[in-house]
Amino acid sequence: MRYLPLTDTDRAAMLEVVGAPSIDALFADVPEEARLAGPVEGLPNHASEMAVERHMTALAAKNLAAGSVPFFLGAGAYRHHIPASVDHLIQRGEFLTSYTPYQPEIAQGTLQMLFEFQTQVARLYGCEVANASMYDGSTACWEAVTMARRVTRRRKALLSNGLHPHYVSVVRTMAGFTEDEVAYTPPALSVETDLEALAAAIDDDTSCVVVQYPDILGRIADLAPLAEAAHARGALFVAVVTEPVALGAIRSPGEMGADIVVGEGQSLGVGLQFGGPYLGLFATREKFVRQMPGRLCGETVDAEGKRGFVLTLSTREQHIRREKATSNICTNSGLCALAFSIHLTLLGEKGLRQLAGLNHALACAAAERLSRVPGVELVTPTFFNEFTLRLPRETRPLVRALADRGVLAGVSLGRLYPDGDGRENGLVVAVTETVTAEDIEAYASALEEVLA
Amino acid sequence: MTVNPGGWRPDAPKVEAGSTLTYTGNRALMLEEPLIFEIGTTETTGVDFSPLPFRGGVGGEQDGALRASDNPLSQSSPLKRRGPTDRLGGLHRAVPIGLPGLSEPEAVRHYTRLSRQNYAIDLGLFPLGSCTMKHNPRLNEKIARLPGFADLHPLAPIDTVQGALAVIHELGHWLVTLTGMHSVAMSPKAGAHGELCGVLAIRAALEAKGEGHRKTILVPESAHGTNPATAAFAGYSVEAIPATAEGRVDLAALEARLGPDVAGVMITNPNTCGLFERDMKAISDAVHAAGGFVYCDGANFNAIVGRVRPGDLGIDAMHINLHKTFSTPHGGGGPGAGPVVFSEALAPFAPLPFVEKTAEGTYRLVEEETVAHRHSDSFGRMTAFHGQMGMFTRALAYILSHGADGLRQVSGDAVLNANYVLRSLEDVLDAPFAAAGPCMHEALFSDKGFAEGFSTLDVAKALIDEGFHPMTVYFPLVVHGAMLVEPTETESKAALDQFIGALRRIAERARAGDLSLKAAPVEAPRRRLDETLAARRPRLVWTEPGPA
Repeated sequence: MRYLPLTDTDRAAMLEVVGAPSIDALFADVPEEARLAGPVEGLPNHASEMAVERHMTALAAKNLAAGSVPFFLGAGAYRHHIPASVDHLIQRGEFLTSYTPYQPEIAQGTLQMLFEFQTQVARLYGCEVANASMYDGSTACWEAVTMARRVTRRRKALLSNGLHPHYVSVVRTMAGFTEDEVAYTPPALSVETDLEALAAAIDDDTSCVVVQYPDILGRIADLAPLAEAAHARGALFVAVVTEPVALGAIRSPGEMGADIVVGEGQSLGVGLQFGGPYLGLFATREKFVRQMPGRLCGETVDAEGKRGFVLTLSTREQHIRREKATSNICTNSGLCALAFSIHLTLLGEKGLRQLAGLNHALACAAAERLSRVPGVELVTPTFFNEFTLRLPRETRPLVRALADRGVLAGVSLGRLYPDGDGRENGLVVAVTETVTAEDIEAYASALEEVLA
Repeated sequence: MTVNPGGWRPDAPKVEAGSTLTYTGNRALMLEEPLIFEIGTTETTGVDFSPLPFRGGVGGEQDGALRASDNPLSQSSPLKRRGPTDRLGGLHRAVPIGLPGLSEPEAVRHYTRLSRQNYAIDLGLFPLGSCTMKHNPRLNEKIARLPGFADLHPLAPIDTVQGALAVIHELGHWLVTLTGMHSVAMSPKAGAHGELCGVLAIRAALEAKGEGHRKTILVPESAHGTNPATAAFAGYSVEAIPATAEGRVDLAALEARLGPDVAGVMITNPNTCGLFERDMKAISDAVHAAGGFVYCDGANFNAIVGRVRPGDLGIDAMHINLHKTFSTPHGGGGPGAGPVVFSEALAPFAPLPFVEKTAEGTYRLVEEETVAHRHSDSFGRMTAFHGQMGMFTRALAYILSHGADGLRQVSGDAVLNANYVLRSLEDVLDAPFAAAGPCMHEALFSDKGFAEGFSTLDVAKALIDEGFHPMTVYFPLVVHGAMLVEPTETESKAALDQFIGALRRIAERARAGDLSLKAAPVEAPRRRLDETLAARRPRLVWTEPGPA
C-alpha cells in the first residue's frame, strides 16, 4: 500500500468528522446487490515494487528490442536516436505530473512549450499555424478530412494510393459512420504514383485530396500540380507526413500548396513504443484556424502587461461547444509534444538537415547494396529514407526467416495489404541514422542466404 | 543566420534609478525565460552525429547535409568508396526552415526553467475534479522504459513481440475482471477516443439489427463536454436528460423520452456531481427494454474500482481512462489511454486490432487480414497500430502493485478524502447535494453566499497564491459557479487539513467581500492573463519582431 498515505488512525479520525461508521458506509448509494463484499476475485493482492518489476521485466525479456539487432522497419514508425537529455527533461515532475494548462498563471511552462512547439511544427510543415497536438498521425488524418468537409461543405475525400493503409482504414471506418464518401484503391508495386489520376478525379463534390509524402512505398513527388488542381475545383489539398525527419531534406507540403498538413511526430523524441503513445501533428492556413480541431495555445499579456500564454479559441472545443465542437478530442499528446519539441530544439535547423542527410545517404547505400542481391529489385528509384524492394517470393515468410537470422528486415506489404494482388512480394525498408555499414552488410548477406 | 538577429528580449524591463525591478526581470528562483526563437540560432546544434560509414556524404559533404546544388555522384559501390547518388528527385528543401537550435546545456536550462513555471502533483495537492490527479508511481516510469517495451516496432514480426502482446492481453484481462464486463478493446488513445469507440460499437450493433434509424443519443446536462461532442462526431443528434433536484438522472423523465428513435444513453457514473447514480440498473433495464444501449463514461471509475463492477449494473460499454483510475501520468495534457470494456451484446462489434491467446499459450494479433474469417462484425479500425503501449505497461504495473485489496482501499480512501473535504467546508461553502448523504470521490460546492461581485474564479485564483492548484471550476454546468474538488487517495490527512484551512479562509474572504481577493494571484509567475485578447487577435506562432 506504498501509494496510500492514510493510516488507520487517520481514517478513524476522518470518519468521525464525516459522521460515518466505516468507509464501506460511504458507498450507501450503491445498491447492495451491486456492492462487492470483499476484494475482486481473481486479481491477486498487492505486490512489492520488486515483485512487480520482476514480473514486468520477464515480459519485456520476451521481446526482441529493435536496438539489439540490425533494424530496418518503418512504414509509419521510425527508429531514431533520441538524445539522453530529452528523456531526462520530460521526466521533470513539473512536466510529467501536470495537467492540461487550464490555469495559465501556474502553467506557463507547458504553455510556452506548446507555443514553441506550434511554431516549430508550422515551420517544419511550411504552414502558417499548427495546433498543440492530436493523438497520432492516423487520427489527425481523419480530423483533416472532417475539417475539409466543414470548410468546403462537401463530403467526398479522394485518398491517394500511397496513404498508409492503417490511415486509410481509420478514415474509411469513420467515414462509414459520418456518411462521408471515400475514394481509394490500394497501390500497385510500382514507381508510378496516382497523383495525375487523382487530379483528373477531382470534381465539384470533392472536399479534399489526401496524399502521403513520402508515401507508404517511400515514393516522393512534387505535389504542387495536384494542389493546383484541387484548388481549381474548390477542394482542399491535404498532405500527410509520417516521417517528419524527411522535411529536413525535401520541400515541405506547405511550400507546394497544401491547405492542411497532418502527420506523425513520433520520429522526434518519442520513440517506437510498440505503436503508442505517438504524436499527431496538425497544421493549416491561418484563415482556417477556427475550423481546426484540438487545443491551441496563443500569446497574450497578463494584468501587468507581461507576455504570457493561454489556451485559446476554445469555442471550437467540446468543453465549451459540446455537440457543436470541431472535434471530441480532449486529452491529446502533451508530453510527446514536449519530447518532440526538445529533440527538434537540440537538433536545430543545422542538426535536422544533417540528420536528414545522413538518413538519405545511408538509405541510398542500403538500397544499392540490397538491390545487388540476386533476385531483388528496387521498385522506388527516388525516396528519402525508406524504399520498396520487390523480392522473388512472398515477403511475410522471408521477414520471419530473416528475423531468425537476427535481422529485422522491413515491413512486408503482405502484412499491410493482406489481400495480395501482387503486393505480397513487396518489402518496405527504412534506413535511419541508427543503421551501420555492418548492419547493411549483415542484412544483405542474410537476404542472399534466405533467397539462395 | 540567427532566427532572431536583433537579440530582442521581450521581458527585459527598463530599470530606472530607485526602481525595485531587477535588471533581468527575474526574482531569485522565479526565473523569466525567453522563447527558443529568441535565444537559439539556426547554426547551433546540440546533437553530434557519427560520420557516414563510407567516404564522402551525399554530394561529397562530410556532414551529410543535403544541398540543392549537389551533383549526383557515380553509381559505384557506396559502401566501399564514395557517397551514394542523391535520390531526392530534385525535391530538395532549398529555402531556410527557421528552426532555432540550442546546445545541450542551453536546452537543458531552457526546459528546466520552463518546468519551474508549472504546478504539478509532485509539488502539491491538485484537486482538479473529474481529472483525478493522483500520484504517478515512478516504478511505472522505469517499467515503461525497459528496451523490451519502449524499443519495439509496432509492425515487428509477431513472434518477436510476444511479451508486448502478453502485456496487452494481461491488462485487458484485469480490466475485464475489475469491471465485470465481457471483453475489452485496447486501442482507443484517450477517454474521448474511447467514448467514440463505444458509441460506434452501439451504432454498428443497431445497424446489424436493422435499427440504423435510431439517430438520437440521450446525455444528461451534467455530462462532460466530450459526451455530446462524441455522439455528434459519430453522426448522432444529442438530447439532454433532465436531472432531479438531488443531482441525479431523472429516471421517470428518461423513461418518458425513450422510444424507437433512441439509440442509447451516455451516463457518467459516479456522475459529475460526485454522486453515484442509484438508479443505474433501472436506467439500464429501461433503455434495454426500449431497444437501446447504455454507454457509461468511466472517467470516474476510480471512485468505485475494486468495489463495484459496472457489468453488474447493465452497462454495455464503458471507457476507462488509464491516466485517471490507473495513474499513468497526465503529462501536461496527455498522452492518455482509453480502453473500452464491452457487454456480450456489443463485443462482436469491437474495433480491430486485438490480441488473442492461442491454445498453445502464444499470442496473436488480429489485424485487418483476418477480418473476413474471424471478426466480420467489427466496426473497423480507430487508429494506426495497437493503442497506447507505453500507458499499458504503466497501468499494468499499477494494478499489480495495488492488487485486489489495494484497489479496494484506493477507492475507499478517495471517497473518504472527498467526504472529509465536503464535511469540513460545508459550513462556509454551499454544498448543493450534501444534505442527501455522502459524496463519492469528489466534493461539489457552489458560489452561493459569496458577496456581490465575488465569483468562483476569485476563489480559484486565490488558491494559487496559497500554493495549490485550483479545483475544477464552472463544471458541472448544472450548479452555479461550480467548484468540484477531487483530492484523490494519494493525499495525506495533513495535506488535506492544510488545503481545507486555506480554502476555508478564502471562502470567508469571498463571503465578506474582501477586495484583495480580486487581485489574485499575485505570487504566481504571471498575474491573471488576458484571454479575451488572445482570442480576439490570435497569435498562435512566433513571428520575427519588426524593426523597433
